[in-house]
Amino acid sequence: MVDVTPDAASPVPPAEVAEVELYHPHSWWTKYVFSQDAKVIAIQYSATALGIGFVALVLSWLIRLQLGFPGTFDFITPEAYYQFITMHGMIMVIYLLTALFLGGFGNYLIPLMVGARDMVFPYVNMLSYWIYLLAVLVLVSSFFAPGGPTGAGWTLYPPQAIMTGTPGGQDWGIVLMLSSLILFVIGFTMGGLNYVVTVLQGRTRGMTLMRLPLTVWGIFTATVMALLAFPALFVACVMMLLDRVLGTSFFMPAIIEMGEQLQHGGGSPILFQHLFWFFGHPEVYIVALPAFGIVSDLISTHARKNIFGYRMMVWAIVVIGALSFVVWAHHMYVSGMHPYFGFFFATTTLIIAIPTAIKVYNWVLTLWRGDIHLTVPMLFALAFIVTFVNGGLTGLFLGNVVVDVPLSDTMFVVAHFHMVMGVAPIIVIFGAIYHWYPKITGRMLNEAMGQFHFWVTFLGAYLIFFPMHYLGLMGVPRRYNELGDMALLSESAHQLNAFISIMAFIVGFAQLVFLFNLIWSIRHGREAGGNPWRATTLEWQTPQTPPAHGNFGKELPVVYRWAYDYSVPGAKEDFIPQNEPPSAYAASRGAV
Amino acid sequence: MVDTTFTQPAQTGARPDGLRGVATDWASDQRAFKNVSWGKAMMWIFLLSDTFIFGCFLLSYMTARMSTAVPWPNPSEVFGLHIGGVSVPLLLIAIMTFVLISSSGTMAMAVNFGYRRERRKTALLMLATALLGATFVSMQAFEWTKLISEGVRPWGNPWGAEQFGATFFMITGFHGTHVTIGVIFLIIIARKVLRGDYDVERRGFFTSRKGNYESVEIMGLYWHFVDLVWVFIFAFFYLW
Ligand code: HEM
Ligand SMILES: [Cu+2]
Repeated sequence: MVDVTPDAASPVPPAEVAEVELYHPHSWWTKYVFSQDAKVIAIQYSATALGIGFVALVLSWLIRLQLGFPGTFDFITPEAYYQFITMHGMIMVIYLLTALFLGGFGNYLIPLMVGARDMVFPYVNMLSYWIYLLAVLVLVSSFFAPGGPTGAGWTLYPPQAIMTGTPGGQDWGIVLMLSSLILFVIGFTMGGLNYVVTVLQGRTRGMTLMRLPLTVWGIFTATVMALLAFPALFVACVMMLLDRVLGTSFFMPAIIEMGEQLQHGGGSPILFQHLFWFFGHPEVYIVALPAFGIVSDLISTHARKNIFGYRMMVWAIVVIGALSFVVWAHHMYVSGMHPYFGFFFATTTLIIAIPTAIKVYNWVLTLWRGDIHLTVPMLFALAFIVTFVNGGLTGLFLGNVVVDVPLSDTMFVVAHFHMVMGVAPIIVIFGAIYHWYPKITGRMLNEAMGQFHFWVTFLGAYLIFFPMHYLGLMGVPRRYNELGDMALLSESAHQLNAFISIMAFIVGFAQLVFLFNLIWSIRHGREAGGNPWRATTLEWQTPQTPPAHGNFGKELPVVYRWAYDYSVPGAKEDFIPQNEPPSAYAASRGAV
Repeated sequence: MVDTTFTQPAQTGARPDGLRGVATDWASDQRAFKNVSWGKAMMWIFLLSDTFIFGCFLLSYMTARMSTAVPWPNPSEVFGLHIGGVSVPLLLIAIMTFVLISSSGTMAMAVNFGYRRERRKTALLMLATALLGATFVSMQAFEWTKLISEGVRPWGNPWGAEQFGATFFMITGFHGTHVTIGVIFLIIIARKVLRGDYDVERRGFFTSRKGNYESVEIMGLYWHFVDLVWVFIFAFFYLW
């Protein structure tokens, strides 16, 4: 327990509460496996997410094999194709991005950045990971279950996700998928409560909300959103499970399958769509907001400049988070809902462009005349801005009802969402890993491999997804395993598809290099020291690297300034850590 | 000029009240909600999330009920009890509601005595709350049995829209699960109170955190929430 001697001269108010004792593990098991330390949990979360994410990557190769070279691979039947895209989409969105940003980065960075020793409830935090792991295992088991995983599309639209005669509803796949999602929500809630309460109530002395690094703001807001959006997914999954297993008719209208009238009747498939997208749209921002925050910090650190318009950045995050709860039905323009609804949702959707544009301008203005170091994390951060703007612009197209209706369910949509919520957040994840790896392991990732990884991934992603816009405009539908001899398609469209596939394999190969780099650098990377990027935030000021149990040694740091004191005129160095006292106060203390 | 200016308001004793106070608290360091412990904050936020779950369930129910083309069974007949040949509408449900609301009363008293460190009274009142909760769940089980024996199933019923049974069993079941979990935790915490765990700050078996009487209050938050949700379920299922 730290004894803080009251100090009248200190610009920071004295501690309000005594520190809570930390749990100290006594065995190897409780230290590394059933660990309650947020840093270990973060690594467990990240490793699991990257592992399952790799499965989704392999699935994307299989998808591209089929689309690029239709008819060549016998084992990719139409059913298998549906299963691949479904699992690819679901894993990427939920089990990789959400888990990695919130469970991985959230766990690692929140306590360190707000100056806490750990999450507020480490035991619950640990449970969160194990339930997440269980969810992943249930999901993976569906690959081996009779009939394989569900092929309902990641949106799981009923009635086809429920009817047994379709790739969506056949055999066990859908049941395992729904169970896994329910587990995921439960596990996430346990972690999410921790992240939120740690940010709100567990900060160190001097760490006001308006001094939080934007990374924390992004993860915090995304977590709050997730706590409010996942309930809709949870409810939708429970109801669909009942429809499927007990034969209720929440989402099932009267329907005839193979000439037989099913027992169902009177349910509403549209209700599912509303529930799903009430979760699904905020989900986009649940993976985007942490990316926004992280990118802000990467840019500021590697351009040696304070973030432009910090307050605006914070408010933009919060406003985007709030607005994203009232736009969900822009995914349902073709569902037959009332046109007035379409009008409403198109308007709210376009309004989100305002806070988002504020963020983009502020990033660019932060870079303006900065001392830009083109390190690997910085490259990824810059690539994010470009990619996100790109995906955002096509979003303006799709947000308008009249434009969306013809483009709906074409490759244009696939291109749009991959740019904005596929490539953009993944690129930030890479940047963030290059940035924080030295803190986590004490060694730098190999720079040459990093550059290779960056350029192949960035350019490759454009070569994959840019042509898809064009295919979509020509009318190539989404979720088709084979185009056949559609009259509307020129020969060049098929060649383009083959080209996209080859690029996808090359980009995939670059990820293997990245994976190798991650493992190789643990032992062979250059020694990083405590603060290789000369950054201001608290995680770089820990006494040990990697940070020890309890993060900050005997005494918690006291925060005297915001996170962006870079290149302050007159300062000794071009950065001033958040816990560096103002010089007058430091002098007075030194004199005593 | 190395120093950035400090906007941190000095916190000397008294805090401004009203909106200004809220703003000051939020702009201050360490905690956004002064005097709210971690556990309490966590329970509040969990309840917010849980509200969204119940909200989604109830909205789905309303959608189903309003959009069905088949008539909805008449609640005052379906949920009525026949006593001595007279059909009394809503009798059972009135008793259930009464029991649950009373349990909120005993819970509130338990919290009060918890703060006064009156071990026995606290524990007994919590056990009384648990007993009332268990009574509620048993009566719910009785109601389920009665409806099932009359032919109500999740996939159909003799009187009309099949969503009636589905939504009824799902939502009351989900609420009943909440009550059951509450009863279990009431008993666990009552035992700890009775044993004096909170007086000696004995460490939790799983968490190895020191226990204290606040657990009683946090339990109370959950319990009142479950009660409140019931009021809505009651209104939407039985009175609509
Ligand atoms: C390695 C890079 C990736 C490639 C080559 C790739 C490729 C594809 C392809 C070809 C489709 C199916 C198109 C169709 O026939 O409808 C698809 C679907 C999808 N992908 Fe990716 N993808 C990649 C990464 C990602 C990432 C990072 C995300 C994360 C958000 C993601 C999310 C999705 C989703 C949600 C779907 C829709 C699945 C469905 O239609 O049900 N993908 N992807
Ligand atoms: Cu959306």
